[in-house]
Amino acid sequence: MIINPAIIALVGGSLLITAFALYALATALRILRHWDIRSGSEGQLALERKTYLISTIFAYLLGFELFSLFLFVFTAEHMHGLFVGAMCAAGSLGVNDYGYPTLILKTVTFMFCGVWVIVNHTDNRCSDYPLIRPKYRLLILLTVLMGLGTFLQTGYFAGLRADVITSCCGTLFSGDTESIAAGIAGLPAGATRIAFYLTVILTLRVGIHVLVTGRGAGAFGLLAGMTTVVSLIALISFIAPYYYELPTHHCPFCLLQEDYNYIGYPLYLSLFTAGVTGAGTGVLGLLKGPPSLEAVIPSLQRRLCLFSMAGFAIFTLMATWPMVFGDFVLGS
Amino acid sequence: MKWIERQRAFMDYTLSSLWRRKLRNLALLMVYTLVIFLLSSVIFFTDALRKEAAAVLEAGPEMIVQRTVGGRHSLIPVAYAERIERIRGASSVRPRLWGYYYHQASRTNYTILVPETFSGPDDTVQTGGGVLRTWGALWDGRMYFRTHDGNSLFLLPTSAMSDGADLVTADLILMSEPTFRKISGVPEGHATDLVVRVRNERERPTVAEKIVRELPDTRPILREEIARTYAAIFDWRAGYVVVLLGSAVLAFFIFAWDKATGLSAEEKTEIGILKGIGWDTSDVLMMKFWEGAVVSVSAFALGAITGYVHVYFASASLFEHALKGWSILYPKFTLRPQVSAYQLAVLFFLTVVPYTLLTVVPTWKVAVTDPDAVMRR
Amino acid sequence: MIRLASITKTFNAGQPNEFQALKGIDLEVALDAVSVFAGPSGSGKTTLLSLLGCMSRPTSGRIWLEGREITSLPERFAVRIRRETFGFIFQNYNLVKGITVLENTMLPAYPTGVSHRSVRDRALSLLEGLGIASKAGQHVENLSGGEQQRVAIARALINDPAIIIADEPTAHLDSSLARRLLEIFGGFRREGKTILIACHDPLIIESPVVDRVVFMRDGRIVPHDH
Repeated sequence: MIINPAIIALVGGSLLITAFALYALATALRILRHWDIRSGSEGQLALERKTYLISTIFAYLLGFELFSLFLFVFTAEHMHGLFVGAMCAAGSLGVNDYGYPTLILKTVTFMFCGVWVIVNHTDNRCSDYPLIRPKYRLLILLTVLMGLGTFLQTGYFAGLRADVITSCCGTLFSGDTESIAAGIAGLPAGATRIAFYLTVILTLRVGIHVLVTGRGAGAFGLLAGMTTVVSLIALISFIAPYYYELPTHHCPFCLLQEDYNYIGYPLYLSLFTAGVTGAGTGVLGLLKGPPSLEAVIPSLQRRLCLFSMAGFAIFTLMATWPMVFGDFVLGS
Repeated sequence: MKWIERQRAFMDYTLSSLWRRKLRNLALLMVYTLVIFLLSSVIFFTDALRKEAAAVLEAGPEMIVQRTVGGRHSLIPVAYAERIERIRGASSVRPRLWGYYYHQASRTNYTILVPETFSGPDDTVQTGGGVLRTWGALWDGRMYFRTHDGNSLFLLPTSAMSDGADLVTADLILMSEPTFRKISGVPEGHATDLVVRVRNERERPTVAEKIVRELPDTRPILREEIARTYAAIFDWRAGYVVVLLGSAVLAFFIFAWDKATGLSAEEKTEIGILKGIGWDTSDVLMMKFWEGAVVSVSAFALGAITGYVHVYFASASLFEHALKGWSILYPKFTLRPQVSAYQLAVLFFLTVVPYTLLTVVPTWKVAVTDPDAVMRR
Repeated sequence: MIRLASITKTFNAGQPNEFQALKGIDLEVALDAVSVFAGPSGSGKTTLLSLLGCMSRPTSGRIWLEGREITSLPERFAVRIRRETFGFIFQNYNLVKGITVLENTMLPAYPTGVSHRSVRDRALSLLEGLGIASKAGQHVENLSGGEQQRVAIARALINDPAIIIADEPTAHLDSSLARRLLEIFGGFRREGKTILIACHDPLIIESPVVDRVVFMRDGRIVPHDH
């Protein structure tokens, strides 16, 4: 166990977030059981008031989840000096089995939280709250994810021992060890590049279709999810090396450092925005409901789709920039 | 545009509402600021120490070899240097002379050191930034030293070192080798420790191993090990102090919760009126969000700035002893001001996030006041 | 037209202090008219006004506003209708202390997102029309009762509602001020606004400005006051 202010903040913050998610869950269960929009009974009115609280709590939680995701990576980076061989966050996270699962779960939770907020926003625009049950069912899943995230994160920090020999990002992402990460780094840059640009172009093309016809949102959501994953792979495989100007440096975390002008922040923020709004577009496309819902979905969907496309476009531009304007060329 | 106009209107109302209850809000703001001040001081201070230590080590030798006798650090024969030099990978070995000097008049401990090259004559010394300030009276411009065998020695301070990390040079006195031996009593043929240079980073552990095998009474220490230990200690200290401050922080959160729960009757009436004249629950929540944001941002800015001033311009006088952890006889030193986004992010997550979450429920409770309550009054 | 069908409203349901404020109200209220709900205190007229004004939801029964069912609307939507359609003048005026007359007048427009400047201009012209423009910069607690009421009226009009709801508007006014108020209401009537008033002041009930009087007692509509 290592204790420093950041770890206290992260663990304490997660516990608090989970506590609030559990509180919301208790309300969600009551809503799932007793909700009756036609009734004007005091019980129903009380439930309707509770929905304001849940909306507010999750709007905050969305922000805090994103914040804690970055803080987590930053803390791993900050601690790398404590572990022999760890050169950056990548090494610190590999110290025990909880590091990377925590990171992945935090990312997934953030995405889910974003989708929930989108669904909630949609539902709140229909006077008969048509999505009340699906959205509170989704909330159960979200709470489980948050609880699990807290568990993993606590496990990670509790399992830290300074001076443990660990691989640094030089070896973790060097492409000659047998791990998923190294597998990504070892992917042929050329093929990854083609796959990346293809999925982006395809997503943008389908996005235009959604914008023009209002149809195909489900396909767009699916593509957006895929493009997000492919983009992350591309980031490790060839985008990062271009920014580092080093063919062997694939680390996805060092991009967040001052040495690289904090380029990681706009990269990740644009990608996450694109992913969340894209998934939101898809989810809205899959929802079927009464006329009130049909009335609000198209305009919302267009806006989300536009956001998602803009996010992917910005990410792609930033990824392409050093290839076009940099001196560094990734060897074949 | 509409959205912006709405937020602007809520902001307007929030500011005027905060201003109307300035005394009440000032109390909250002050306690909030104090908590952030305390935490930011801890974070800034330990980070600065950590960085200073890292800077010192960066310039320091890659490996030090000490001799131990009875498990304690002892003087090392200079002859050991030749035996180490024969080990493959060790490129150069240099004996180092350093120690502490306790000056009775100022009741302060100073570090005395023989640098690799000392340019001045034997009766001069070079002093660090804090030395002359604390030393006390000079005799005819000279510093009085008492040698190990009880004699007096007057040395002329020539120049003050100003470059490098203040933390290390603050109490440092540089002198020539004969002068050092006179004052400290380290006999000829012996040194405090040996500095070993190893070019290849990866070979260092191997070289260290070979040294121990060759000279079993020595203890090689790698620079990375020291750095790691320092980093761990500073981190741990900061964490520990934050835990200690935990009760204060908790008290603040309870205070904030209580403030948010126990709104004055006047304020409750006011929200009731707003609900009655057509504000939605979410409008009141939005207005309250801005209120929280204004309070948090002000407290955060004030607290972080005062913490910054406290650490870098007042030498963290409130708890330097708890965190610095070296001799309390240590002279004053100032840290190089630096602040990072990471420190601020940690601070934000420690304070603003819990504050915001904890005030959500009480705020909501007021916001859901029945709109028709205003008619039943 | 506002139509109410078998409206009941119960407070503290299931508790010892359960209280049925309205017991099956069927009613049609014409728009473009001045209607008064008269009855002793506790007769349910204020509760009825709050239901009509989308301030609360009935425990059972339905309400249609110009053909649109508003009973099952959650607060989030009811409040929007309320803001756009209704202006409220409360018995105790319910002005926010510590802020100016002008700010008080502008308050209901804050959540609408209408630009600050145009709301301000409208508020000033409303205050002008009610003869209290000179007090715009004063804090409300320094005003007399009659002036406070006129601020409340200006506030009720800021979002240009079609229906004005007034609860016991003459409770704190002397006869001459009450007559002035009726003149103001008469003006609104000529502008085509609907006015719903709850009161038991004969001065209002017998006023020629009033088109219709609905008598209430014990949560029910009764044919006459006597």
